[in-house]
Amino acid sequence: MIPAAFFLALSIVLFALGVAAFFIKRDLITMFMAVEVMLSAANLAFLTFAKSTASLDGQVIVFFVITVAAAESAVGLAIILLVFKRKKSIQSDDLNVMKG
Amino acid sequence: MTELFWLAPFVPGLSALLLFLFGGRLSRRWIAAQACLSLLASFALSLLATIGLLGAGRGSAPIVKELFSWIVSGSFSARAAFTFDPLAAIMGLVVTGVGFLIHIYSAGYMAKDRSPARFFGLLNLFTFFMLILVLASNVVLMFVGWEGVGLCSYLLIAFWFEKPSAAAAGKKAFLVNRIGDTAFLVGIFLVLAVTGSAEFRDLATNVMGGRFPAGVATLAAVLFFIGATGKSAQVPLYVWLPDAMEGPTPVSALIHAATMVTAGVYMVCRMNALFAFSGTASLGVALTGAVTAVFAATMALTENDIKKVLAYSTISQIGYMFIGCGVGAYSAGMFHLVTHAFFKSLLFLAAGSVIHALSGEQDLRKMGGLRRHLPRTFPSFFIGAAAIAGVPFLSGFFSKDAILSRAFAQGQYVVWALGLATAILTAFYIFRLVFLAFYGGDRMAGEAKAHIHESPSIMIVPLAVLAFFAVAAGYVGLPGVLGEKVDLFGRFLAPVFVNVPENGPAPGTEWILMFFSMAAALMGITAAYVFYVKNTRIPHVLISRFPALYAIVSRKYYVDEAYDAVFVRPLVRGGEVIFDHFDKRVVDGALNGTAAAAGAAGRVLNLLQTGLIKDYALAFLIGAVLFLGFLLM
Repeated sequence: MIPAAFFLALSIVLFALGVAAFFIKRDLITMFMAVEVMLSAANLAFLTFAKSTASLDGQVIVFFVITVAAAESAVGLAIILLVFKRKKSIQSDDLNVMKG
Repeated sequence: MTELFWLAPFVPGLSALLLFLFGGRLSRRWIAAQACLSLLASFALSLLATIGLLGAGRGSAPIVKELFSWIVSGSFSARAAFTFDPLAAIMGLVVTGVGFLIHIYSAGYMAKDRSPARFFGLLNLFTFFMLILVLASNVVLMFVGWEGVGLCSYLLIAFWFEKPSAAAAGKKAFLVNRIGDTAFLVGIFLVLAVTGSAEFRDLATNVMGGRFPAGVATLAAVLFFIGATGKSAQVPLYVWLPDAMEGPTPVSALIHAATMVTAGVYMVCRMNALFAFSGTASLGVALTGAVTAVFAATMALTENDIKKVLAYSTISQIGYMFIGCGVGAYSAGMFHLVTHAFFKSLLFLAAGSVIHALSGEQDLRKMGGLRRHLPRTFPSFFIGAAAIAGVPFLSGFFSKDAILSRAFAQGQYVVWALGLATAILTAFYIFRLVFLAFYGGDRMAGEAKAHIHESPSIMIVPLAVLAFFAVAAGYVGLPGVLGEKVDLFGRFLAPVFVNVPENGPAPGTEWILMFFSMAAALMGITAAYVFYVKNTRIPHVLISRFPALYAIVSRKYYVDEAYDAVFVRPLVRGGEVIFDHFDKRVVDGALNGTAAAAGAAGRVLNLLQTGLIKDYALAFLIGAVLFLGFLLM
């Protein structure tokens, strides 16, 4: 039996990678993938705790997260597509029309 | 049936509501008919209740109708309740009866006006408030009616508001009345503070039961009387009434002659127990009345606007009524109120008929010889003039004589002398008006002369009815010297007036006083005849002989100018100063400062909003880390 701490460590590393990628990368699609990585890291943590406490709640939440993530990627990609049609660019630094 | 009297205010009230809501869609004929019929219904209800009161016999309890419990606050409570006693009966009959005739007349007079629904709606609303004032069984409810009639008066004076002078006159009436109303309100508070009850019935018991210290009673009475001087146009608050003539003539007849301006007299009579208790206050009432009577009468002497002559005359005649109240002759004061309502509204309506005939001309200098052109208006005006002048055996003679003889009997010789002087002046100025307008040669402008026409029957019939009463109304209150029981009016009212000295003058004295009154009337009329018919050069000679005196009187003693200099201009100037310094600097400064601070804060916070998603994500990350750190600690 692998200890739960290993899974949690992996989850932390994944999450940190996601955060780093989000801040380092500039094109929206990659940033979007970074968000997915962070979500997966969170899912892993949930599953770990679900297993170690023998409760189903964590697994239920994971299903919700997966569903929401699917919906979100559909909407997010559609937005990115529209942004590209309008701006001819998906670099996040080019998108600052909301500057005050 | 007598119980139904409480509906009397609400019929015109409902009619007013309908006219305000749907007046735009109703035909002119319907509007006038509805307004008149509502008054007729109201009159019928008052008449029925009065008959019931007469049938119940002398000294029986007044009819009380409690509508609902209005204000309940701690130990204080005021009911919305109506009381129908002889005093309310007489005033109610005058308001609805004369009001009905004036409504009919208005249908003719206002036939070409642009907004008949507004006019008749306001007249009906006025009747509603006036009847509330008359029937109220406590002083708080009376104040509601009191303010309501003031509002209607304002709206009707400024009825032709597109005329700047009319709008200004309305404003003046409203503001001057505020002064009196404030005193009235303070008086109400004083009575409530001392006795805790606003009911007129309790007021009488409390006064007689010694609940009022003498000084407090005098103060309360004086405060109420200041309220009355505002509404009833007495010195020093009379200045609004002459200007109020800017309103349509039926309004002048109804509100500014017959009913609303006499509300002050009615109020003093209502609180007769309080006034009778305070000799000082009563003396003040009598003297104010006497001074006003003479003062206003002299101003009428030189006035050239036909309606303003009548306005000054109204001020002067209300002065008589206050003389009556002040010397304890409350029923004589009320009697003069009633006869005055008839002959003064008759005079106003007849003057309206003259103005109507002359296409709006009001200047006496541009009239003359109208007796030939207006064969039906002239006799009614003449009867009204004779009645107000105190020509023997017309109504004005009896009521004026009743007041003067009581003043004499009470030993108020100064008041009596002023009253008698007023009688001479009254006869003079009213017949000056008659002779200038109806006798002599034509002085009309060509335009007006071409269109001169007698008024339609709808205007003449009310004149005829009023003329009948101007002659006959005196016979319900014949002087006591003619017999014990001839003063039906006084006997009907007697239960209302408690604690009032009953002694009239000795019979011999009364005959002599009556002779004086007759002599005064005839003297004034003769003088007017000599001045304005016989030898028309006399007035001009007098003017050129005493130019200073004429200037003072014809400019109305510069009272308006003095008020303007002493009160109005300092107020306006003070307002400007406060506006410049306080409003512009402090108020505006606070407001602009707040806005500027918000703007500056916005500009600072603006720096954070870069529009770049990375910056927001970073802020979010930092926040999340700090939050986690906080949780972990």
